[in-house]
Amino acid sequence: MAEYMAKGESPDILFWVGCAGSFDDRAKKITKALVKILHHVGIKYAVLGTEESCTGDPAKRAGNEFLFQMMAMQNIQVLNGYEIKKIVTACPHCFNTLKNEYPELGGNFEVIHHTQLVQQLINTGKLQIKGGGEFKGKKITFHDPCYLGRANDVYEAPRQVLKTLDAELVEMKRCRTKGLCCGAGGAQMFKEAEKGNKEVNVERTEDALETKANIIATGCPFCNTMMTDGVKNFEKEADVQVMDVAELIANAADL
Amino acid sequence: MDYLQNILFIVFVLAASAMFAMSLKQIISNIRLGKDVDRSDNKSERLKTMALVALGQKKMFQRPIPALLHLAIYAAFVITQIELIEIFIDGVTGEHRIFYPSLGGFYTFVISLIEVLSVLAFLATLIFLYRRNLLKVPRFHKSEMTGWPKLDGNLILYGEIILIIFIFMMNGADEVLHRRGASHADGSGGFGFAISSFLGPALFDGMSTHTLHIIERIGWWGHIGTVFAFLNYLPISKHFHVLLAFPNVYYSNLQAKGKFNNMESVTNEVKMMFDPNADPYATPAPAEEGAAPERFGAKDVTDLNWKNLLDAYTCTECGRCTSACPANQTGKLLSPRKIMMDTRDRLDELGKNIAKHGKDHDDGKSLLRDYITEEELWACTSCNACVQECPVNIDPLNIIMEMRRYLVMEESKSPSELTTMFTNIENNGAPWQFSPMDRFNWANEE
Repeated sequence: MAEYMAKGESPDILFWVGCAGSFDDRAKKITKALVKILHHVGIKYAVLGTEESCTGDPAKRAGNEFLFQMMAMQNIQVLNGYEIKKIVTACPHCFNTLKNEYPELGGNFEVIHHTQLVQQLINTGKLQIKGGGEFKGKKITFHDPCYLGRANDVYEAPRQVLKTLDAELVEMKRCRTKGLCCGAGGAQMFKEAEKGNKEVNVERTEDALETKANIIATGCPFCNTMMTDGVKNFEKEADVQVMDVAELIANAADL
Repeated sequence: MDYLQNILFIVFVLAASAMFAMSLKQIISNIRLGKDVDRSDNKSERLKTMALVALGQKKMFQRPIPALLHLAIYAAFVITQIELIEIFIDGVTGEHRIFYPSLGGFYTFVISLIEVLSVLAFLATLIFLYRRNLLKVPRFHKSEMTGWPKLDGNLILYGEIILIIFIFMMNGADEVLHRRGASHADGSGGFGFAISSFLGPALFDGMSTHTLHIIERIGWWGHIGTVFAFLNYLPISKHFHVLLAFPNVYYSNLQAKGKFNNMESVTNEVKMMFDPNADPYATPAPAEEGAAPERFGAKDVTDLNWKNLLDAYTCTECGRCTSACPANQTGKLLSPRKIMMDTRDRLDELGKNIAKHGKDHDDGKSLLRDYITEEELWACTSCNACVQECPVNIDPLNIIMEMRRYLVMEESKSPSELTTMFTNIENNGAPWQFSPMDRFNWANEE
């Protein structure tokens, strides 16, 4: 972003990478897949790089409003400093926080989830997938991230995108508004679960495996981790892949 | 004419209404113990939501079978209110079926509709009793559903059965009397109501006119008596939802469920921190007269907002929230329904304390720990499934989050991994311990 600024230009959109997308080895692949898509369609995009920080989402969900607002105000200063208008992110937690919780603190941006952006790109013909690519005929099931679905009522964009793959889209018994959480939200990602008789991600992975899908599609780096662990728990890594919608599209479009 | 019945009726109605008004006043003053939250916006959208979700029961139909059974009871309840108008006027004036002569065929239609719905409600109630007690529907057998909540659920169903039996005693006996020309209503030859014109003769034909008059009166008094008993039962029961569902849905949160409220008190302090011109040693602005220093988050029910408290009184303990909760499904202690029940129980306790010992009495108890444990609060994934599921738009998640805020910001109590996560965010700008300078490394890795 600093480079755009130095040249006196402004990008069409800022890609908010998020902590998982920046540091987590699995999630970095999602970041790269989305970058490939952005590159391919020729959008002028920027990232904040080292100037990006945690949005504060896990702090807020864990009850630490002070820390959340400190992070939010720092980020808003940076974003407003660069006069950012539009943001895309591959993390529903960042998406929710930037979209819903930053305005009251002075950060007003148009925020979209990457599955919404990809859907727009496909609808406007800027991104074309020929014959579904390598996923033709496979069974894909989509796991609704809580912070995209129930929290923000985005259910169709990821499904519309997946339909272009020419694969068989199958639904889990609990989907859309009834989708079961992967177990990572509300800062659970960063702690051990409370005592119980099962892990939430195992319960959710059972839903996914019941559909006999070859691929579990996700739209959230944390869901991705949880579902991947769930699949490992059932020793199904050889049969079932967990992939982000962006990765599926980037692969199918041969990017 | 004998005015004893009229006087008895008027005294009874006044007493029952006064009792209800007193309970209602107590509950309203309890709800007012909550903090302010502005829900006065968007009146038309609120009305629309109320029409769809409360009146139209839109969210109930996510589960069609219980929704249909519930609809039968709900429809009977609503339509029977028309008959109550007549019972009320008859009771005061000493008339008998005052609308019958003037409305004619329409009267027969309305009463027949009530009768048909009552039969459906009767069947639905029996099925509900069977479901609640014999079918092992898991959400009716969670640990919070023992003792009073379990009895409460059954008492309501028994009450409904009694109400319906009284209706048919009244109409059935009157039908036979009318056929004999002995009813106190106008005319003779039978009313021809849909159910009682069959049920009445089948049950009561052989009985003497005198006995039938007594049965009719038992039915009439029994019905109106049960109605007022029910009215006064509502404030101590989960059944209060029949009234509170409407305001509760009207005042529901209309914003995106993912948006958690901003704490303005925190914003002011954070802004001070970032303001280079702020004087850290400045005397704080004088607090408003009598204002107690505000707590961050919620330790007790008085730290919650009035909508949280209205939610608690509206909850009818159906358990859809709990059955959708990922934590509860995987055996954790958290049950969103229990959060609501605990909030109500604590608020009731607090209200009674205030009534007995005055406003500043401290019983040394609080919602946190005496009712809701930390373990329950930390099991939540904030997935919003409970909020989504609630047929009357109750928000258990908001209470959980307020209590987490109290734990973290007032007591600095959080699971140790979360404390580490806070430190990481503060120092490294990420929940993990990575150097912020490595944030862009992904661009150069293969």
